[in-house]
Amino acid sequence: MGHFTKKSKAKPEISTASLPDIIFMLLIFFMVTTVLREQEVQVRTILPQAEALTKIEQKRYVSYIWAGPEKLRGNRFGETRVQIDDAVIEDMTNIRNIMYRKLTEEPRLIVSLRVDETSEMGVVTDVKQELRKGGTLRINYSAKRDISGL
Amino acid sequence: MGLLAKKKQRREAEIPTSSMADIAFLLLIFFLVTTTIDVDTGIGMTLPPELDENVEPPPVKERNSLKILINSAGQVLLEDLPSSVAQIRSEVQTHVQNQGQDPRYSESPRKALVSIKTDRQTPYNMYIATLDEVWMAYFEIWDNEARGMGFLNYHEYRASLESGDENVIREKWPAQISLAEPDTGE
Repeated sequence: MGHFTKKSKAKPEISTASLPDIIFMLLIFFMVTTVLREQEVQVRTILPQAEALTKIEQKRYVSYIWAGPEKLRGNRFGETRVQIDDAVIEDMTNIRNIMYRKLTEEPRLIVSLRVDETSEMGVVTDVKQELRKGGTLRINYSAKRDISGL
Repeated sequence: MGLLAKKKQRREAEIPTSSMADIAFLLLIFFLVTTTIDVDTGIGMTLPPELDENVEPPPVKERNSLKILINSAGQVLLEDLPSSVAQIRSEVQTHVQNQGQDPRYSESPRKALVSIKTDRQTPYNMYIATLDEVWMAYFEIWDNEARGMGFLNYHEYRASLESGDENVIREKWPAQISLAEPDTGE
């Protein structure tokens, strides 16, 4: 009986001394995996759904081109526009220079085309022709997994 | 004098470490919020390099190319026959796996070509749906081949490859998808 009382008296406490280390480990993990949020997208891109998808593992090599109806004030949408980085492209022929410069900086460049599903092929074809002129041939039509179809 | 100096030496300056965890927590939360874990998915393609105007593109035999045409209304024409998107997958498979038997389809898988042509007004999601079906046709062929080699599926076969290894399945059944040149006229 005496033994029992003795045991209950001793308070078992988890040592918190290593807590900062654990947190630091987590912190370093997230710091390494983080790619900071990029530019604000000025066009609407609702991605189409597809089945035959591949993943882009190396996010660092990816450069995005957005295309879709321009976001206007008051939840309205305008004409279909193309955006690279943080600028809406006015003259399509600029794309080849922009992409060529990016390619010289990163030869393993993958261009991800984030095109709104309501767009027409005309704009996509124009962008594609410009990409060929710029020499950036690895592209990826961004699409989401089809959830309803499965 | 001696006593005072001794006392000062003993008092060690220590930074309180009890708040270290809190600081680390704050940083952790910041990076947690800014991290985007979701992987980008999409249909990967390699564009053909820009053609030299003086050089004619290599001739492709009529029977080796399977022509898919999508018009401005999103209607599909498969080898000049109106059809639906759902039919594309099986048609591509018979075309690629023909091995020269049916004169309407390809001579061999390595010569087989799938050509997709669109109009400027073609809806983008129809184009993606078509491209998806064509790729799925190839994926299914590759899955079959991988199963024949004792793998669960093509994905597992890919994972088993070392960086220098040759992808035998893709070598045997190369996915040759041509996104036709747009008409410059009109």
